[in-house]
Amino acid sequence: MSTVIQPTRPAAMPLRFAMPIGGVAGTSFKPEHLADILEAGPRRGFFEVHAENYMGDGGPPHRALEAIRRDHPLSLHGVCMSIGGPRPLDKAHLARFRSLVARYQPALVSEHLAWSTHETSFFNDLLPLPYTEATLACVCDHIDQVQEAIRRPLLLENPSTYVAFRDSAMRETEFIRAVTERTGCGLLLDVNNVFVSATNHGYSALDYLADFPLSRVQEIHLAGHAEQADDEGDLLLIDSHDGPVADAVWKLYEIVIQRRGAVPTLIEWDSKIPDWPVLQAEAAAAQAILDRDQAAVFAGERHAA
Amino acid sequence: MLPEPSLPFAAAFAPALLDPARSTPSVVTGPNGKAAGRRYDVYRNNVTVSLIDALAAVYPAVQRITGPEFFRAMARFHVRSHPPTSPLLFEYGRDFPAFIEAYEHAQDMPWLADVARIERAWLDAYHAADAAPLSPARLSAVTPDHLADLVFVPHPAARCLRSQYAAVTIFAANRDGAPLPRIDASTPEDALITRPAFDVTVHRLPPGGAVFADGLISGLSLGEAAASALDAAAGFDIAANIAGLIEAGTFISLACGDPS
Repeated sequence: MSTVIQPTRPAAMPLRFAMPIGGVAGTSFKPEHLADILEAGPRRGFFEVHAENYMGDGGPPHRALEAIRRDHPLSLHGVCMSIGGPRPLDKAHLARFRSLVARYQPALVSEHLAWSTHETSFFNDLLPLPYTEATLACVCDHIDQVQEAIRRPLLLENPSTYVAFRDSAMRETEFIRAVTERTGCGLLLDVNNVFVSATNHGYSALDYLADFPLSRVQEIHLAGHAEQADDEGDLLLIDSHDGPVADAVWKLYEIVIQRRGAVPTLIEWDSKIPDWPVLQAEAAAAQAILDRDQAAVFAGERHAA
Repeated sequence: MLPEPSLPFAAAFAPALLDPARSTPSVVTGPNGKAAGRRYDVYRNNVTVSLIDALAAVYPAVQRITGPEFFRAMARFHVRSHPPTSPLLFEYGRDFPAFIEAYEHAQDMPWLADVARIERAWLDAYHAADAAPLSPARLSAVTPDHLADLVFVPHPAARCLRSQYAAVTIFAANRDGAPLPRIDASTPEDALITRPAFDVTVHRLPPGGAVFADGLISGLSLGEAAASALDAAAGFDIAANIAGLIEAGTFISLACGDPS
């Protein structure tokens, strides 16, 4: 792309924390917590927002995000780019995404290995794709376009899924490894998604993690899930983001940090949103695991990957 | 039209998401030969419920009036027939007021569609570009012989809506969560929606006020807009109305006859 798209507005305030942020724990930013966050003042941690919620022209959302961004690193998490879909990327949406990156200079920028738009309909869900040579080429092409637009590497998140495609020809980890090698993108490892998908598809989460290109992981997501049943009455986990992180997911997270070393870790909580202290306590639990690992590295007990 | 994709999986997966009459797409499966029906239904449920939630977020007063059960049933029909075309959910539901107007079970609430129109305008004003409103002092500085030729540049958030019903009162009563007063729904009311700084405000306009505000927002001169307001309402108070519109943050600048 040769057209230079200017951000709709230049950054309105001096920005700190545009650089990598190291092993800190953060939380989703929800507007209902704004007053509590501002009252508490700057703190260690970072905030993640869904990019699409800040794609309006102006008004209270941007005022809130500017207030948050003034004192904290930001992670911009895209939900609707439809990178995994067969259709060409929506150029207008890509331009909006690029403007947000330019305006808020986030420390982390991520999107999903999923799709959400087909023909003219936007489905507002992270839909699954088959893992084939053809979808791999398409996903890589889409990520190249995004990275060219935002002029920095994107972090791609592994999905949580409920079905598989009959014509998938490779494992998800194999697919993701090929994407990161071909495009140079980084990875956002959602440990809850690993646990949910492993349960739903009857494979071992540890095997998945052993096969996952951990050295490319630059952010981790942790979230709560819900339980349902499949057609056979077996457990089907739903990636609901509506509660605390499950014990089994914390265990997997500790294993990942031991292998990978400390990376920015986000507590995702998107519905049935709790009071700010509850969300903060989940982040503090992740921070304790990160700090323990960093202390072990400094003490020479272990080397980060 | 875009060229046909060489990857047919999305075309096979998508159609049943919003159509319960269609069966589970044959391209998907559970692990080890397990069925995919309830698994695919998770996506159906995510899509439908999240889009109904999106409409509920845009139209909270409509939902309070109808109750959640009525609202969600009505919204489910709309979601299935009019899924969003933009990934920005705060843009969703522009055609919902017209849907409500035609909805069989809402015919005894003829004012409901206009309440929805105010809510849609409220959210557009909320997300509109920031701009400093016109200072009242700018108007006082205009010499009297230039007044009739003045043209105002509207604020990006400013909108005007007319209703044959008491839509503004019903909207306001159902947005603040307070106990509902008795409302005579048959009183026509016109709304001015503005956002001079960060708080969206919905004003009720006096008789003739909507014709006046509409005219000025769409670029008529002050003289032309005042003439049509006087046609609509004899005794229309031009000075009070222009002062009220400026005070409410309807404009950002003067385009013509501005002494500065």
